[in-house]
Amino acid sequence: MARKDFLDIVSLDREEIIQLLDQAEPFKDLFTRSVKKVPALKGKTVLMLFYEPSTRTLSSFEVAAKRLSADVTTFDVPSSSVTKGESVRDTIDTLQAMRADYIVVRHGLSGQPAAIARQTGASVINAGDGGHAHPTQALLDAFTLREKFPEMEGKRVLITGDILHSRVARSTSTILRKLGVKVAFLGPGSLVPKTASPDIPRFTNYDQAIREFGPDAVYLLRIQKERMAAPFFPSDREYHNLYGITDERLRQLAGEGTYIMHPGPINRGVELCDAVLDYDRCLISQQVENGIAARMSVLYGLKPQTS
Amino acid sequence: MSIALDQSAISTALSRLADQLFLDAGTDTIDLVGIRRRGDEVSERVAALLKEKGANVRLGVLDISLYRDDFEHLHENPLLQSSEIDFSIDGSRVILVDDVIFTGRTIRAALDAIFDYGRPAAVELAVLIDRGHRELPIEPRYVGVTLETDRLDHVRVGLMKTDGEDVVELTQK
Repeated sequence: MARKDFLDIVSLDREEIIQLLDQAEPFKDLFTRSVKKVPALKGKTVLMLFYEPSTRTLSSFEVAAKRLSADVTTFDVPSSSVTKGESVRDTIDTLQAMRADYIVVRHGLSGQPAAIARQTGASVINAGDGGHAHPTQALLDAFTLREKFPEMEGKRVLITGDILHSRVARSTSTILRKLGVKVAFLGPGSLVPKTASPDIPRFTNYDQAIREFGPDAVYLLRIQKERMAAPFFPSDREYHNLYGITDERLRQLAGEGTYIMHPGPINRGVELCDAVLDYDRCLISQQVENGIAARMSVLYGLKPQTS
Repeated sequence: MSIALDQSAISTALSRLADQLFLDAGTDTIDLVGIRRRGDEVSERVAALLKEKGANVRLGVLDISLYRDDFEHLHENPLLQSSEIDFSIDGSRVILVDDVIFTGRTIRAALDAIFDYGRPAAVELAVLIDRGHRELPIEPRYVGVTLETDRLDHVRVGLMKTDGEDVVELTQK
């Protein structure tokens, strides 16, 4: 029996992950056709419920749902009843009455999508909740890496930057490890939690991480200033010099053939220099394209209990 | 359960399909598009026979899972596979190929799917087995063999590459 909801990576087993990745491939094939749309979700309604600002995830889900022929409505939270004091619970009851089949939720609180999922028969997809999980990002990252390394077992990915505040780091490291990829964390001591799994190596020095871990891909994270009440490091320039991909480090990575990934949005001059975007092993735009295919695969794989 | 077609009967049906297609095509290229699953194997085997006769054949595969009309009644969504049509179908005479035609619903879905790849000049239908009981106004132009069945009978088609043997079984209800 198929799942109703897609809330995190932790609860998926390896087989389910591989099936979702396999199914994303035929969806990606559609993007090169003149008609990029298929009728699989014709007549179904997908509701976007974003309590936190997001442009790329929201539009990626919109494109994914539209290419499956679903009707898409965006519930504009900032200008809605939420600011007039309505609780999430009451909002969901309202949306239930609109008979949404799928609800895509982003919320600042960990666990809010799961709470919504228990309240409704609609399929709930977590599009990022607090510091907890961002499972569709993880899926597209795994898909992108698998395109380069069809046998993922034993490959090495160094996740760099603000690990502490990052639900991407959490979900992506979880999916990669379930697929047999070795993951290490690199960043300022203040941003790399000591509580992470003991079998994830933890580095605070860039050169040491590259030398000892020997990554096949470096996965850069954005410094999430909006989640930092007080500064965790002295300045952007210092961060760039210590942990960012500078021109010199890029030459070194190019020499090794190392791939570079980033979930976006990027901060030039902080986690990466301009030249990274022209690097032929920079996978950032592939990640965006694959995000649509991965999200189509998730929408297609779920079974709402609405009828 | 009884064996409706054995290996040699299946071979004969495949040859009959190839003969009819070859006769109609003249010197034109024959564009076969097999419907997953088993329609692809039928089209491959017919293509091999056509090539022996010296015909030009282009071969594609269509997965219609995303176009089915019974999508929401299924417990598990059908496992998706890629469609592979490497040639442009604009202006070509496309021959859809399937193993069995029954209600015609698969072909309805395949017609929707094929038009999302382009605008063929014409679409024809070739099937290995016609077992009757159509629910839609769809008729194959090329038929390998016709089987007399009841509406509720179950026809199981086994093909060498997909199932390990060539056999068609009929189970009466």
